[in-house]
Amino acid sequence: MYVVVAGGGKVGSNVTRSLLEMDHEVTLIEQRHDRYVRLEEEFGPVVLRGDATEINVLERAGIARPPELLLAVTGDDEDNLIISQIGKEGYGVRTAIARVNDPRNQQHFDLLGIAQTVCATTSILGLVEHEVPEHGLVPLVELRKEGLIVAEIQVEGGSPVAGKRAGGIRLPSGSRLITVFRQGRAELVEPATVMRPGDQVLAVVPKASVAELRAALLGAPK
Amino acid sequence: MKAVVIGCGRVGSAVAKNLLAEGWDVTVVDENEDALLRLGPDWRGGFVLGHGMDTGVLEEAGIGDAVAAVVSTTGDNTNLVIAQVLRQRYEIDTVVVRILDPARAAFYAERGMHTICPTQTAISELVAAVRTSRRASSEAV
Repeated sequence: MYVVVAGGGKVGSNVTRSLLEMDHEVTLIEQRHDRYVRLEEEFGPVVLRGDATEINVLERAGIARPPELLLAVTGDDEDNLIISQIGKEGYGVRTAIARVNDPRNQQHFDLLGIAQTVCATTSILGLVEHEVPEHGLVPLVELRKEGLIVAEIQVEGGSPVAGKRAGGIRLPSGSRLITVFRQGRAELVEPATVMRPGDQVLAVVPKASVAELRAALLGAPK
Repeated sequence: MKAVVIGCGRVGSAVAKNLLAEGWDVTVVDENEDALLRLGPDWRGGFVLGHGMDTGVLEEAGIGDAVAAVVSTTGDNTNLVIAQVLRQRYEIDTVVVRILDPARAAFYAERGMHTICPTQTAISELVAAVRTSRRASSEAV
């Protein structure tokens, strides 16, 4: 597979090393001279010096082939967005994965059609939420294109649904309870399934209705 | 009519003053407070301190009511992202964006964006000036 990596910081250099170990063909673009020198020492001719947001630099990196994968992983969100956009819209790159440094910029990537993004801050926050049990509802996966969240909900003794049948719970529209995990086993949720304290419920819910689902299963937030 | 000018350097500040003088309701956005100095003590338009990538800042500047926007911060890529957000998210009809790199300006112009490239203007004018001046002096001989 041919991969163009834009940005040779911690992310770009480590990804390049792994890709090369997997015998993929890589071009790594780095603008800063000091970094370029260090990267070139390790990776040799794989490294190209230049500004990856300049079209002629991308062309020298073989963007017109086009690569099977373009990774825009600089420390600058605007640059990552523009690199991905030029690759996809200008050269028919099928898959561009962009790094989002500031999670507040995620909305711009979504708006401009750069669907595959990775944000370390958001991932870490997700893990933090997983560690904070009083949150009650933990988003596990976001299906961005579909606008859905797969979430895990912990039913407690005081939850309004404790002791109730699943069929009798009013859920936000478009959402569904999938499984309950109890006593080490996962069971599919049927209308007759009775919710018990200690159940871990897996649910799918539209992104905009997460708070509503939490309220339906766990009651109003304290 | 409302216009928002994002990026208040030499270009943005002058554009803002021109539009205000023409009767536009102008709000300027810049992340540097010194930008206000460029607008001068007589500035009667609005000013919002913040980054143009921040939708909260754009909304504070009244982007929802704007019919026109000029984007001229120091970063080409920042300008390209902001301009697309203005067009697609806020559906502003007239978005004019300054891009210094001729190649990127042409790439996005082909995709329907109204880009202004001062570098390309300078290149064309300099070449034309040399050509005109050579013609004049060869005619004089």
